[in-house]
Amino acid sequence: MKKSGAQLVCEALLREGVEVVFGIPGGAILPLYQTLPQYPHLRHILTRHEEGAAMAADGYARVTGKVGVCWATSGPGATDLITGIANAMMDSVPVVAITGQVSRKAIGTDAFQETDIIGICLPITKHSYQVWRAADLPRVVKEAFVIASTGRPGPVLIDIPKDVFTEQAEAEFPETVEIPGHRPVLEGHPAQLRRAVRLIQEARRPLILAGHGVLISRAWDELRAFAEKTGIPVITTLLGISAFPADHVLYVGMPGMHGAAYASLAIDEADLLIALGMRFDDRVTGNLEAFARGAKVIHVDIDPAEIGKNRKADVPIVGDVRHVLRQLLPIVPHSSYPQWLARIEQLKREHPLRVPDSKGLLPQEIIEHLSDITGGRAIITTGVGQHQMWAAQFYKFVEPNLFLTSGGLGAMGYEVPSAIGAQIGRPDKMVWSIAGDGGFQMTMCELATVVENRLPIKFAIINNRSLGMVRQWQQVFYQRSYVASCYECNPDFVKLAEAYGIRALRVTDRKQVRTAIEEACEHPGPVLVDFLVEQEENVYPFIPPGMSVKELIEDPRLRSPQAERML
Amino acid sequence: MSPSDGSSPTYHTIVALVRDQPGVLSRVSGVIRRRNFNIASLSVGHSEQEGLSRMTFVVYGDDEVAEQVTKQLRKLVDVVKVSDITRENIVARELALIKVRATPQTRSEIIQLVDIFRANIVDVAPESLIIEVTGDEDKIESLIRLLRSFGIREVMRSGRLAMMRGMPAEAEGGARERGESA
Ligand SMILES: Cc1ncc(C[n+]2csc(CCOP(=O)(O)OP(=O)(O)O)c2C)c(N)n1
Repeated sequence: MKKSGAQLVCEALLREGVEVVFGIPGGAILPLYQTLPQYPHLRHILTRHEEGAAMAADGYARVTGKVGVCWATSGPGATDLITGIANAMMDSVPVVAITGQVSRKAIGTDAFQETDIIGICLPITKHSYQVWRAADLPRVVKEAFVIASTGRPGPVLIDIPKDVFTEQAEAEFPETVEIPGHRPVLEGHPAQLRRAVRLIQEARRPLILAGHGVLISRAWDELRAFAEKTGIPVITTLLGISAFPADHVLYVGMPGMHGAAYASLAIDEADLLIALGMRFDDRVTGNLEAFARGAKVIHVDIDPAEIGKNRKADVPIVGDVRHVLRQLLPIVPHSSYPQWLARIEQLKREHPLRVPDSKGLLPQEIIEHLSDITGGRAIITTGVGQHQMWAAQFYKFVEPNLFLTSGGLGAMGYEVPSAIGAQIGRPDKMVWSIAGDGGFQMTMCELATVVENRLPIKFAIINNRSLGMVRQWQQVFYQRSYVASCYECNPDFVKLAEAYGIRALRVTDRKQVRTAIEEACEHPGPVLVDFLVEQEENVYPFIPPGMSVKELIEDPRLRSPQAERML
Repeated sequence: MSPSDGSSPTYHTIVALVRDQPGVLSRVSGVIRRRNFNIASLSVGHSEQEGLSRMTFVVYGDDEVAEQVTKQLRKLVDVVKVSDITRENIVARELALIKVRATPQTRSEIIQLVDIFRANIVDVAPESLIIEVTGDEDKIESLIRLLRSFGIREVMRSGRLAMMRGMPAEAEGGARERGESA
């Protein structure tokens, strides 16, 4: 029986187990929309901006481990997806993005709403397709899902001309596809594993650096078992946060530019780094030459190109973190490092990460209360900037895979749509979106999506009436020359939320923080809390870009006399 | 881009087997541009297998740069196989077409040169000749140098083509595996 291209797309998606698609219609993709009523199991979430659709698909993918799907019309619809696609690329998130395109014969003529979206997206997609025959659609969709979700995950774009949606075709749905250029290696090489074990046996101050790969491969149980058997303390990168419980005795924290000083200092003193699904990003390493000079490196990554890209590995292991940990577990020694753990404890005491004293309301304490009240079990999404770093520092995640943040791209505006995707993917979980007043304004149109879909998301706006992180850099690097970083006009976020039909509260005093958070948690629907915080509060510690842990700037208010002596 | 491993920079010959898909060339060249690799030459053509093309790249850099190039290329879905064959036993050739000014006085001198280089004259016009030459880059360079005094009008070079001696398929697989476990 012949089917239209649009029907073939919907059927192929259903066969991949897709339940929800985020998008906005338009001329070129309308034939696809008009078939949706035939497929009631394909839930469509109408976002208010295509960036919201792409980032919601990303958030959905992160919490579920499934492929997130978004779609948009040609031209402006497609270009609006770009930041979300780039975000998924940088953070290795499996997303399939479908774009409508002008009809085949109009391609290349600069037709109305024609954009070479394939060309634009080449560097920010793992792979892409432009489909010229409806009969190819089932195979292309299948391939796209395989490519997006296996190996190192990433976004795949499928561009479909309008008349391919309407073309009638006889097509078969393949069960499997053969993609010769895509053969991810899952198991680690046995010889390398043996070398890794030898290095672990020789080490006296080893550290595990757990990155996003641990969460992507869903290896949190294996990581925990590995750390407990070997006794090796665990550091998580920004995207690795929640891969290891924050209340565990072996947990150290996040290192790097705004990481805990003790985590960066521990790396500096380590003699072995076991890097699991992390890529030695410059926000982690700072000056590469000075980074962990005394440490050997075991580097496990599914993407061979990451190994040796920034930091040379003594033992390179290409493979999926979960598989490799399962291979390593039976052959690593039972061990413990009491002296090394005591040293890390000492570093924690000398360089504490805690809320400093202040008269005004501080973002750090808000997040501490939030962590406390939700028991470290809420899904947290953030934007980019100071609030993101405070969330990473002060929320104590005790369950796995709860932290959604734009790590690689650092895209403001991620806080709201990713929360939508997360809440749809995990309706059983409480979702808190910790937002900057800057980033929130980039995608706050999605509050309508929240209400329309009855999503009980809680929004905490850390409102410093400024582009806080930019203001901080201007303070530190440009002698307080605050150009274009302090807002003269913010909307009244409480009224704004109410305009969407969302319950809203304003908090100006630290005495109100707990009750506001508790009230938000108890309310069954969405709630927005506008926290008016100190404008000039800074994120500490701070290792300036390109510098090393030796140049670490600590919070002057926290410096203990002991630490003072050390500096 | 990646820190130097101390090996001195040299020209690396990298061959890739790619699927004949629309846009494959821009994908490949895009990776190279984006990663800031220094490409000296790139040539492409159909391979012995239908639907697959072979590319030969020449990249300038140290061993780590060459390794990153191959790894980044291997990440592309349309790239089926990549190997750095610089240190293998290879045959490397380039083709050049050289249009040179030729007067009745200089013509026989040019023909003599062409013979010495075992090149061919493929076009004869009243005031010029087109010479076709194949060989390694050195041979082509020296012919061009010698012809320069006659007045070169146009030079067209193919870029390097390279192939391993012996049983290439097997050896290529070997090189690939070494790269992956490295
Ligand atoms: C889309 C985008 N534009 C610009 C930036 C640069 N940038 C990084 S942090 C920041 C300030 C963020 O302000 P806000 O969202 O209010 O968060 P805060 O730092 O105040 O917590 C800016 C502008 C960015 N990361 N993303």
